[in-house]
Amino acid sequence: MNRATLEIILGIAVIVIFVVGTLMLIPSGGEGEEGWGGADGGAADMIDSTGYEPWFNPIWEPPSGEIESLFFCVQTAIGAIIVGYFFGYWRGAKGRKESE
Amino acid sequence: MHIMEGYLPIEWCVLWALLSAPCVMYGLWRMKQMIQQDRRVLPLMAVCGAFVFVLSALKIPSVTGSCSHPTGTGLSAAFFGPWITSVLGTIVLVFQAILLAHGGLTTLGANVFSMAIAGPFVAWIVFVGLRKTGKVGLGLAVFVTAAVANLVTYTVTSLQLALAFPADGSILSAFIAFAAIFAVTQIPLAIIEGIICGLVAKYIVRVKPDILKGLGVIGDEEIAKIQGEAA
Repeated sequence: MNRATLEIILGIAVIVIFVVGTLMLIPSGGEGEEGWGGADGGAADMIDSTGYEPWFNPIWEPPSGEIESLFFCVQTAIGAIIVGYFFGYWRGAKGRKESE
Repeated sequence: MHIMEGYLPIEWCVLWALLSAPCVMYGLWRMKQMIQQDRRVLPLMAVCGAFVFVLSALKIPSVTGSCSHPTGTGLSAAFFGPWITSVLGTIVLVFQAILLAHGGLTTLGANVFSMAIAGPFVAWIVFVGLRKTGKVGLGLAVFVTAAVANLVTYTVTSLQLALAFPADGSILSAFIAFAAIFAVTQIPLAIIEGIICGLVAKYIVRVKPDILKGLGVIGDEEIAKIQGEAA
């Protein structure tokens, strides 16, 4: 196995261990989703506790959590398509050059 | 790091917007110039922008029991510098503010400042500094750069909130409280982001080194070394 492949496998392994380890070791602090809320929301809660009222509301909000995850998926997909397209293109072009 | 819509008093919204706008404008101008000079940088720029899209959508659980997301701006900061990164980051933040109600239009200036300007700027200085020494390889340098971009972003967000909401009149104690929410959660994520960006940077050198060489990020000798590892 060459070093490039090894690096990628190790990288993915480290990330998986990090994420899974965190989920296993840290008590989520609440039932279900509560314990793993977003840090952004945590900061907002803290501001709420000072008695501050938001003075402006989002012009449009996703009607439900499912629809919100839809848009997060769309965001990731747009990015992943672009990355995948160019990585594939570059790799193919490099292969062509080498076989000539 | 998104400050939610309406959660920043209007004077701060205006201040951060005024600070961010010229940087993004200058970034747009630089971007246009760079593309006119050499259209071949366009795909790499798109990949860097796409990276911000992907990484900032991934909400990853972290040690404090809450979730947060990487910023993905480190790769672009290392390759293109902070100004062009500010444009790429702004595109993502506008997408999230409009379609996801994540972040906001009133807080856009503040969010752009932390994620697309301050983080990449500090990270870029670190990257240039590390590379100047001539001892740090590209993969490691990008790893550090991406992690720094991530951590600085969240530190700046904490500072922005602390300035607007000082606890009992003390900005410092408010900063510590906000940083406890953001920065600590962020440390493992910064490491993950660093690993991903470092690997991707090396992969790009293996398949398409000429753009990076054109940008002055890497020299022939190191390209040969990194490509040799893949053989």
